[in-house]
Amino acid sequence: MEGEALRQKIKEVMVEELMLDYSAEEIGGKTAIFGAHGLGLDSVDALQLVVALEKHFGLKIGDSTVAKGILENVETIAAAIEQSSQAGQPPA
Amino acid sequence: MRSILITGGNGGLGLAISRYFLNHDPEARVWLGVRANRANAAILAAAHPDRCHLLDLDVTDPAAWTSAVETILAADGRLDVLVNNAGMHRDGLLATMPAETWHQVISSNLDSTFHGCRAVVTPMMRQRFGRIINIASLSAIMPPLGQTNYAAAKAGVVALGRTLAKETARAGITVNSILPGYIDTDALGEMDEESRKQAQKTIPMRRFGKPDEVAAAVYFLASTDAAYITGSSLKIDGGIF
Repeated sequence: MEGEALRQKIKEVMVEELMLDYSAEEIGGKTAIFGAHGLGLDSVDALQLVVALEKHFGLKIGDSTVAKGILENVETIAAAIEQSSQAGQPPA
Repeated sequence: MRSILITGGNGGLGLAISRYFLNHDPEARVWLGVRANRANAAILAAAHPDRCHLLDLDVTDPAAWTSAVETILAADGRLDVLVNNAGMHRDGLLATMPAETWHQVISSNLDSTFHGCRAVVTPMMRQRFGRIINIASLSAIMPPLGQTNYAAAKAGVVALGRTLAKETARAGITVNSILPGYIDTDALGEMDEESRKQAQKTIPMRRFGKPDEVAAAVYFLASTDAAYITGSSLKIDGGIF
């Protein structure tokens, strides 16, 4: 899975696994995942998101510094998934 | 099928909890965490060969926890319940307590709970369901003299549970603590008759608790009916506190 289908699936996983009050359609590709000006998720959500990304996309994020870069928005998550599937190995 | 890991599986309380799951839930698969002393656990496992298994587990060793959880996930595909029951006490007045004794008790009761929770929390988050029940002690809130190490460790277990409950609530995982008072297990058997009588006088119910009375509470907290109970501490003490 890649491109727009991947981005849509990421949004659906976020809504479902994190029990967000938003619909997938309301989440923009560059909407900030954390912070008051974005979706407003917290560190507990981040942990759940890491687990969900591994479960649904096989993306393993083992380092908190790397996680910070990957979990910025849907676009950065999609890029990490695409990169990891091209490389055939997890990015961190 | 419900997969359950119970540490301290060879002791009186661990055996009672294990037996309770096996007798009340035909779908339960019980893994008994044991070390060198395992004769009692082996008898229980032999009585339920398809549903009860021994697992080598030094609860103070994070690598042993990783290995144990991997074994369970490979066999059952999931891990629903962790009962952190293993522990020990080495009583003595603080003024003369060797630092080694302090660390042993903190390690076997508190560090072990951390390692256990750390090992199971991600698989439980992945399955969006989990029940963690930590066996603390009444000493956590009402310590007798001579138990600075044990009381501190068990109070830490309670605090760990309350905090972890908040961190995992959204993932469908509950974390609760049980605080047993005097429970009639082998540990109480070390007391002489006079000491037992004196102890019973301090209990409003005038008797020691039965291991099954603790097991029943663990069983309930592990159930889906207890889904909204998390971060709680349940004392089972015949009314002492």
